[in-house]
Amino acid sequence: MTDTVGIVIVSHSSDIAKGTADMVRQMVGSEVKVAFCGGNPDGGLGTSVPLIIDAINAAWSPKGVAVLVDLGGAETNSEMAVEMLEPARRDLVVVCNAPIVEGAVMAATEAAGGSSLAQVKAVAEELSAD
Amino acid sequence: MLDRADGQIFTGNVRLVHAVGMHARPAVKLTKLAKKFQAQISVRVAGAGEWINAKSVAKIMAMRAAHGSTIEIKASGSDAEAAVAALVDLVASDFPDGAG
Repeated sequence: MTDTVGIVIVSHSSDIAKGTADMVRQMVGSEVKVAFCGGNPDGGLGTSVPLIIDAINAAWSPKGVAVLVDLGGAETNSEMAVEMLEPARRDLVVVCNAPIVEGAVMAATEAAGGSSLAQVKAVAEELSAD
Repeated sequence: MLDRADGQIFTGNVRLVHAVGMHARPAVKLTKLAKKFQAQISVRVAGAGEWINAKSVAKIMAMRAAHGSTIEIKASGSDAEAAVAALVDLVASDFPDGAG
């Protein structure tokens, strides 16, 4: 479990975040740690830096964590969350430039094979490369 | 089912019996299984020009193999023969849960 890259899903909607995580677990399996967060602390649409940090901690792996995001604020808040991690862990978290559902499934598939964080990110981003 | 093309490359053909063809879930299973082998593994829909890296989930999902089509598999490397056999079995058994 600890030797695969972890996956974090950050959406503006908790339903989308949870649904995406469900798809990853059902399609890829349970060998990859998947954490998700969506919505602001009041229960509305939005993203929250503390909740993103919690999700990163929940999915933490020594091999790193790949974060999949949806629209604008999810990305900037995820980057902010990464910045707030202690320096030693910052380099082990990447925000992927990929569609959230497809990217999460593909990143998790790659992670399940024991790939490095850079490989997992590259596979997730394959969809937006061309 | 399996034939030894030459000293290095192993090949196999298998009919895709999955009801809706090579959609996302089978693609993930195929890719995960392929990654368990050291061998270089390629697949294609029979007759298609281009071979696809079986370890690339994005490319496997995009191959759009239809129900009833034949998938060609080829592999080279130390465990190539086992890799082809395992992938043929996965497709022939319709991607059972827990496989891959």
